[in-house]
Amino acid sequence: MNAAIEVNHLTCRYDALVTVDRISFSVTEGEFFIIIGPNGSGKSTLMNTIAGLMRSAGGEIRIKNRPLKSYTQKDLARTIALVRQQASVDFPFTVAEVVMMGRAPHQGMLGLERTADQAAVREALTFTDLHHLANRKMHQLSGGERQRVFIARAICQDPEIMLLDEPTAALDLAHQTRIMDLMEKLKQEKGTTIVMISHDINLASLYADTLLLLKNGQVIRSGSPVAVLAYDVLESAYGCSLLVDTNPVKACPRITLVPESQLERIRKAGKG
Amino acid sequence: MNIIKRISIISIILTIVLLLTMVLGISVGSSDQNLLHMVKALIYPEQDPVLSAIVLKLRFPRVLLAVIAGAVLSLGGVVFQSILRNPLAEPYILGISGGAAIGAILGIIMGLARFPGVGFTAFAGSILSLILILYLSSGQTIFQKDRLLLSGVMVNAFCSAVIMFLVSITRDARLHNIIFWLMGDFSTINALQAGLLLVMVIPCFIIIFMLSHTLNLLSMGKETAKSSGVRTRLIILVQLLTTSFMVSLVVGYCGLLGFVGLVVPHLMRIRLGPDHRVLVPACILGGGAYMVLCDILARTLPEQGEMPTGVVTALIGAPLFIYFLKRSNR
Repeated sequence: MNAAIEVNHLTCRYDALVTVDRISFSVTEGEFFIIIGPNGSGKSTLMNTIAGLMRSAGGEIRIKNRPLKSYTQKDLARTIALVRQQASVDFPFTVAEVVMMGRAPHQGMLGLERTADQAAVREALTFTDLHHLANRKMHQLSGGERQRVFIARAICQDPEIMLLDEPTAALDLAHQTRIMDLMEKLKQEKGTTIVMISHDINLASLYADTLLLLKNGQVIRSGSPVAVLAYDVLESAYGCSLLVDTNPVKACPRITLVPESQLERIRKAGKG
Repeated sequence: MNIIKRISIISIILTIVLLLTMVLGISVGSSDQNLLHMVKALIYPEQDPVLSAIVLKLRFPRVLLAVIAGAVLSLGGVVFQSILRNPLAEPYILGISGGAAIGAILGIIMGLARFPGVGFTAFAGSILSLILILYLSSGQTIFQKDRLLLSGVMVNAFCSAVIMFLVSITRDARLHNIIFWLMGDFSTINALQAGLLLVMVIPCFIIIFMLSHTLNLLSMGKETAKSSGVRTRLIILVQLLTTSFMVSLVVGYCGLLGFVGLVVPHLMRIRLGPDHRVLVPACILGGGAYMVLCDILARTLPEQGEMPTGVVTALIGAPLFIYFLKRSNR
């Protein structure tokens, strides 16, 4: 299997603060790769650096066997698309207009649309089930719909790698699964490599092929959900009491938070 | 509809509107002559040399300057609103025009020519204002939107004080009409200067139009725009410098005209939608027409003489600003 992204001894600094500390990992082409970790563990910095938004302080990133530094901004945009958390647009653009903006890296300076661009927009709208909202203004949509529009925009960019920074944050349950299913479908049907940051470990466990657990800018563990989501690993990473058992839906780890008041009872029951 | 077709149709309609307002602007004046007389005087100048001279040497340059000023200030509003992500941003409200005015007055006191001397000092003043504004409003807070406007108000107040200070300490005859100039004045230009100004601003219009699609992409935020292949830093720098440059030129020639960059882009956006590829040409043409109409009002409202055009633009613009502010806070 080829590596879509290779990260070697990457260090990132924010002013004097080291936020990503000499980490190395690789993402295989066509896999669903989810980054988890407590707040301030360097997840977003890592993703922004891979997306070319921030400069690294050391180490190397290779995208599709080419150093990230050798990409022009436009080249990179044809390879990697980014969906940020709670993305928004300032002016009352329509859904179709925002999705069309995803075609920018394939167009000239003025963004003049060709038939191929229109076809790509239609396909992205159908894929994300937004066709009926195409002419709706962005500010008339719900948070979940808006996030789906930004995903459609990213799909329209026709990337080989899709980066998503907590796309399900602040969304209700139905929209969370909907967006995760959409990414699963994108991976299955188009072979797109999906790299996502998630705060929801259970969702991550259900969908990820590979998990990367970060803390204080370092890799605590990476591998399959079963390998990463072990009780002791999580408890030391997050510093809270957890119960890990098997998800009845799919044979993957399931994490339950244990409140302070229940701790004694659970310990006595001999679990955790 | 195809975007090129849309831009063309809207541009043609607004060009017709602009030409009509220009004809109106040229024909309205203190010496009451009807349009037919005027056209006749232009074709056969020997029959009525006085009227032909009034039209060619006074009214036409004045109307042309109003068109350029309206176009530049409206376009300035569009660019600042988009790049600063604030629908109420505008060269005058942000204090960019005020900075340019200080520079222009210093240039006049130093005895520099209108161009390139005063144009350059005005540009330097506007850049200093811009840097101050960006510095004051930087930093991530949810109040950023109001903070930007507040910074603008403060920079503006400071600029006004500096302007009055400079006016007070000099007894320069060239600053005699300063009060008029401060409120926007189109009367002090000849055809050659107006033509030169036009030659200077047209490349700015072209640059901003060529970058208009990146303004669309920037409305999703710098990071998303960058991940769509936009070289954000370079584009923002070029846009801000180009805009400040043309605004400074206009301030150097006709003083402070407020709120134009707020009124015209808002009206256009309501009617034509938010696509900057349409908005940029629409604001150039529509802004020109709007300013000519304001100037006609400034010339005809007072029974004797005339008032500064900036009085008209502020009388219309300031209440609209308050309305938009109230609406944006809802």
